[in-house]
Amino acid sequence: MTQFVFWTLSGVAILGALLCITGRNPVMSALSLVLTLFALAGIYVLFDAHFIAVMQIIVYAGAIMVLFLFVIMLLNVGRPDAGSDVKGKVGKFWAGFLGAALIAEMAAMWRLLPGESFRLPAGTLAGLTAQRGAVGLIAEPLFRAYLVPFEITSVLLLAAVVGAVVLAKRKL
Amino acid sequence: MLLGPALAVSAILFSIGVAGVLLRRNAIIIFMCVELMLNAVNLTFIALAQQLGPEGQVFVFFVMAVAAAEAAVGLAIIIAIYRHRQTLDLQYINLLRG
Amino acid sequence: MPAIVEWVWLVVMLPFGGFLANGWISFFRPNDKRAVSIIGVGVLAGAFLVAVAVVLGAARETVEAAPAVFTYWSWMPVGTLQVDVAFQVDHLSSVMLLVVTGVGALIHVFSVGYMRADPGYARYFAYLNLFVFFMLVLVLGASFPVMFVGWEGVGLCSYLLIGFWFSEKANADAGKKAFIMNRIGDFGFLVAMFMIYRSIGSLSFQNVFEQAPTAFAVGGSAITWITLALFLGCAGKSAQIPLYTWLPDAMAGPTPVSALIHAATMVTAGVYLVARTNVLFAMAPISSAVVAGVGALTALFAATIAVKQWDIKKVLAYSTVSQLGYMFLGVGIGAYTAGMFHLVTHAFFKALLFLGSGSVIHVLHHAYHETHRHDDAQDMRNMGGLVRFMPWTAGVMWIATLAIAGIPGLSGFFSKDEILAATFARGGEAPFFYLLWVIGTIAALLTAFYMTRLMIYTFHGSNRTGEKECDHLHEAPWIMTGPLVVLAAGTVLAGALNLPEILPAHGWLEHWLEPVTELGTRYLPEASLAPGTEWALLGLATAVAAVGIIGAWRLLHPEALVPAREAPPETGLGKLLYRKYYVDEIYDAAVVRPLVWLSEKVLWREIDQGVIDGAGVTGVTRLARWLGHLGTWFQNGYVGRYVLWFVVAVILVVWEIRR
Repeated sequence: MTQFVFWTLSGVAILGALLCITGRNPVMSALSLVLTLFALAGIYVLFDAHFIAVMQIIVYAGAIMVLFLFVIMLLNVGRPDAGSDVKGKVGKFWAGFLGAALIAEMAAMWRLLPGESFRLPAGTLAGLTAQRGAVGLIAEPLFRAYLVPFEITSVLLLAAVVGAVVLAKRKL
Repeated sequence: MLLGPALAVSAILFSIGVAGVLLRRNAIIIFMCVELMLNAVNLTFIALAQQLGPEGQVFVFFVMAVAAAEAAVGLAIIIAIYRHRQTLDLQYINLLRG
Repeated sequence: MPAIVEWVWLVVMLPFGGFLANGWISFFRPNDKRAVSIIGVGVLAGAFLVAVAVVLGAARETVEAAPAVFTYWSWMPVGTLQVDVAFQVDHLSSVMLLVVTGVGALIHVFSVGYMRADPGYARYFAYLNLFVFFMLVLVLGASFPVMFVGWEGVGLCSYLLIGFWFSEKANADAGKKAFIMNRIGDFGFLVAMFMIYRSIGSLSFQNVFEQAPTAFAVGGSAITWITLALFLGCAGKSAQIPLYTWLPDAMAGPTPVSALIHAATMVTAGVYLVARTNVLFAMAPISSAVVAGVGALTALFAATIAVKQWDIKKVLAYSTVSQLGYMFLGVGIGAYTAGMFHLVTHAFFKALLFLGSGSVIHVLHHAYHETHRHDDAQDMRNMGGLVRFMPWTAGVMWIATLAIAGIPGLSGFFSKDEILAATFARGGEAPFFYLLWVIGTIAALLTAFYMTRLMIYTFHGSNRTGEKECDHLHEAPWIMTGPLVVLAAGTVLAGALNLPEILPAHGWLEHWLEPVTELGTRYLPEASLAPGTEWALLGLATAVAAVGIIGAWRLLHPEALVPAREAPPETGLGKLLYRKYYVDEIYDAAVVRPLVWLSEKVLWREIDQGVIDGAGVTGVTRLARWLGHLGTWFQNGYVGRYVLWFVVAVILVVWEIRR
C-alpha cells in the first residue's frame, strides 16, 4: 500500500514538474508547480513528517504560490498574444543534456547513502511522533538546539518584508 | 525502505528544475524552477530525517523560511524590473552587457 | 630618580627634531633663515650638552659595569632572530658621542656663516641635522642591524649633501658615485651580518661578543670571512683601497659638509666598526693583517696623490684618505685605542683644516663674485699670500698643519706616533709589521710635505688672485673663525687624552677604552717597547715631520706659480700623480665600460627588448587580449549564459567528488 501511494505521488510530482517547465502559460506553470507541491506534501506524510507536510501546503502551496500567481496576474505576463519564452533548439539541447548529466551523476553517487549502522531502527520517528505529537517532534530540536537560528530567521523574514516593500514601491 | 526511491525522485525533480532554468527565459518561471529545486532538496531532508533523526525536518523548516523571504524579495524585484522595462524576458534584461 | 644615562635618547632625537623642523621650514618658509639657524645649531648644541651629561653620568655610574643598553622596542621578532631597537652607551660609543656632537655643533655654527647666502639654506640644515641623527644611531646602535640603519642613513645624507648643488651635473654625479661605491661596501656589511647570524644566532653586540670566543675558532675560516666582509664595508664607508675614489669626488659638496661628513665623522665609521668588533678581528689574524696592510698602503698611496693636487679641497680629501689609512693600520695591528685616538685627534685637526679651507674658498668666491670673474675659487694656483688678508684663518690652519704633520706637543703627533710605535712593537713577530712601519713613516714624511705645500701655496708668497680681487679679500666673519679657534684649541689639547707611556699621566684614553678593547687584546700577543726604543721612535717621527716641512719650504717656489688659467699642463710623474694614477680611468675601463656595454648590448637590446618585451610584455598583452576574447564568450551579459556555465561547473565539481 505505502509503495503504491509513494510511486503514485512521485509520478504526480514529476509530472507536475515537467508541466511546470514546459507549459506555455505562466499560470499553467504555477498551477503545475502547486500540483507538485501537494504531491510532495503527501510524500512527506509517508516519511512521518506530518507537521512539515502541513507547512508545505499552508506556506508553500498556500502563501508562496499564491504570491507567484498574484504577481503573474498583476503583471499580466501570460497574455495569449505573447510568444513562448521557451528557448530554441540550442537551449533545449543544453537543458536536456545538462539535466540528464545531473541525474546520471546523482545516480552514480548512489553508494554514498548512509550505511545501515547509521540509521535509526525502523519506526523510530513514528514512535516519537506518537509520543510527542507531530508538532512536538520538531519543536523539541527547533526551540532547543536551533533556537538562535530560529530567531535569526525571524530577522531575515523581517528584512525580506522591508526589502519587498521598498522594492515594490512605485517610486524607487 | 523508501529512502532510495525518495532520493531518486528528489534527484529527478532537481534536474527538472535545473533544466527548467536553462530552458526558459521568463524570469517568473525561472523563479518557480528554483522553488522546484528547493523542494527537491527538502524531499531529501525529509527522507533522510526518517532514518537519521528529526533534525532534518528542522532544516526543511528553515529552507521554507528562506524560500518565503526569497520569494517576497525576488518577486518585488521582478515587479520593479517589469515596471522599468515592460518585459520579464531575460534576453532583454542584459544591463551586464557593457 | 632615573639615571642621567637614560637621557641618551634625547641626544639622538634632538637632531631628528631639528631635521623635521628645518625640513618643514625648507618647504613652507624657505627664507626664514634666522629660525633655521637657531634650530639647526640649537639642537646640536643641546645634543652636545646632553651628551656631555650622559657621558659624565655613565662614567660615574657604570665605570666597571657592563655597557648600559637601552631597549626601546622590538624591531624584527622573526623566529629565532630577535632584533631590538636599542642603544648602547659604553666607553667606546661615548667617545664617538662626544666627537660627533661636539665637532658637529662647531661645524653647524660655521655653516651659518658659510651657507648664509645660499637659497637652499633650510634644506642644507635639514640634511645636516638628519646626518647627525643617523650618525648617532650608527654610534649608539646596540646591534648590527641598528648600526646598519645609521650606516645607511649617513650614506644617504652623504649622497644628499654631496649633490647639494645638484643643478650641476658633476655634483650630482659625485653624489651618485659616493652612493654606489658605498653600496659595494654595504654588501660586505650585510654578508657579514648574515654570516654572524648563521654562526651565533643573534645580532646584538653583547651576545655576539660574548659568544664569539666559543662559536669561532681563532684564525678559522668562518671568522676570517666574516671580518673580511666587514672590512669590505669599512673600506667602502671609510674610503680605503680599492673603494676610496668616491671621497675626493665628494668634495663637490659644501665645504662644511666635507669637514663634518667626509673628514670628522662618517668616514671614520669604518674605524669605529673595527674597534667595536675588535674581538672578531682579533680572532682573525689574517683579516687584521689585511686591514693593517690596506690601511698602510692607502696611507702611502693617497699621500703621494695629495702631493700633486692643485684643488685645495682635493689635497685635504686625499689627506683624509691617507689619515684613515693610518687609523686602519692602528686597528689592524690591534692597537684599537691608538686607532680611536687618531680618529678623535683627526676629527679635530681635519675638521679645522676643512673649515679653514672653506673660509678661504668662501672669501675667494666672494671676491670673484664681486668682480664678476669666473675662476676656480678652490685652485691653490689662484691663491697665495692670503696670510695678509686672513691672519686668523692662516694661524689656526698652521696649527692644524703642524698637528697633522706630527710636530711634538700637538695632538696629531701623539696619535700618529702611537700607531707607528705599536706597529714597530709588533715587528718582532713578523717582518711584515716592520714593512708596515716603513710605509707608515714614508707616508708621514709625505704628509708633512704636502700639508706644508698647501699652506705655502695658499697663504704665502705673492698673491695670484688678481689685482681687483685683492680689494675684496678680508677675514671671514667671526661666526666662521670662532669655531676655527675652538677646533684649534682642541687640536692642541686633544693629544693629552692619551700620552705615550714614557710621559707622566699617560694612557688616559687607553684606560677609558679598556673595557671594550680588552675583549680583543687578549687574543693578541703582548708587545711593548723599551723606553729607549720609544724615545728613538719619537725622535725619528719628529725628525720626519721636520724634514717634510723644511723640505717643502726649500723645494717649493710659490713665486714660480702662475694662476690656474695660465698654468702649463703637467708632465711626467707630476702628471701621473695629478691624474691620481689614472685609477678612475682604470675603474672606468675595467668595470664601468664593460658593465655599460653588457647592459646596453646584451641586457637591453637582447634580453629586455628581445626576450622580456617580446615574450613577456607583448606576449602578456596578447595573452590578455586572447583571454579577453574568450571571456566575452563566457560573459556575454545574458543571465542565461551565466546559468549555463554555472551548471556546467556544478556538474564538473560533482563529477570530481563523486568518487
